[in-house]
Amino acid sequence: MNQNPGIIGKKIGMTQIFTENGEVLRVTVIQAGCVVVGKRTLEKDGYSALILGLDDRKEKHTNKPLAGYYKATGVSPKRHLRELRCPPEHAAKFEVGSVLKVEDVFETGQYVDAQSRTRGRGFSGVIRRWSMAGSVGSHGTHEYFRHGGSIGTNMTPGRTLPGLKMPGHYGDETVTIHSQRLIKVIPEDQLILIEGGVPGPDGSFVVVRGAVKKAKKRWNVARAPEGKKKKG
Amino acid sequence: MQTSNVLAKLEAPMIRAAVPDFRVGDTIRVHYRIVEGEKERIQAFQGVVLKRHRAGVRSTFTVRKVSFSIGVERIFLLHSPRIDKIEIVSRGLVRRSRLFYLRKLSGKAARVRDAKEQ
Repeated sequence: MNQNPGIIGKKIGMTQIFTENGEVLRVTVIQAGCVVVGKRTLEKDGYSALILGLDDRKEKHTNKPLAGYYKATGVSPKRHLRELRCPPEHAAKFEVGSVLKVEDVFETGQYVDAQSRTRGRGFSGVIRRWSMAGSVGSHGTHEYFRHGGSIGTNMTPGRTLPGLKMPGHYGDETVTIHSQRLIKVIPEDQLILIEGGVPGPDGSFVVVRGAVKKAKKRWNVARAPEGKKKKG
Repeated sequence: MQTSNVLAKLEAPMIRAAVPDFRVGDTIRVHYRIVEGEKERIQAFQGVVLKRHRAGVRSTFTVRKVSFSIGVERIFLLHSPRIDKIEIVSRGLVRRSRLFYLRKLSGKAARVRDAKEQ
């Protein structure tokens, strides 16, 4: 399980950044600014985690059990709530009710995983959903242009094998993009820039944590962009 | 599409301050830094602007020239630090925003009317 410290945030959009030697990096901008709503501790809960909240929501939209919880902790009701497992030392650094600052969690040069929900595409055919090639457009083909082809053999095994790629609901699923470079941390606006794309439309809810597969690895920060262009 | 305020603020410092107001159809000379190993030199690329893509820091423009009777097009990032400067050689008079029709033309037909003629 990923126990690396992380934040929850909102995808702002994508842009590009020039490195010092003029190369372009495509980055996704994520705005954090989440609040520590609560904690799980080893003594009480048997594990250690931070409960994070993002974006206020109206009190009338909060159900009573949750409202009671918010009242007890003294934090205004949040739209998004997420519990992130973390080492006890990390959890101890933050007070309930305080803003979890990006600069306290991340540093430029590390790798991160970004998790969010992809755009829903409804009921999709096999070409869109599984990138199948479809059929040829000529040579007598008719009514079979975007089909997936055969779904099995006749007598043996006499059934369609489970897991066969077929049309169906596509998208609106939680996807994690692993081991992306964290290009920059901007404390003023609580932004982080992650190289490459992150699933979902702009404004969607994103969980960003230290990469589970490259927890200790660092890329060469000497080549990190300073965010300003050279004198032109 | 409307860029979000957050993105606009982030992009602002990367946007080149002094971009000459060149348009599609103009002939321009782009001075581009080229790094060869250790050395850096500046190469000029002169041609007609076929297209301008205006998108904040991601803006680009396409320049076409005919070099030894071979058409060459380059897409430059407007705000790239590798661009040393952009010079306007002459203004052109064109009636469209994308001059892709020039690709099919050659010789005298491939000229763009000079704005000064009027």
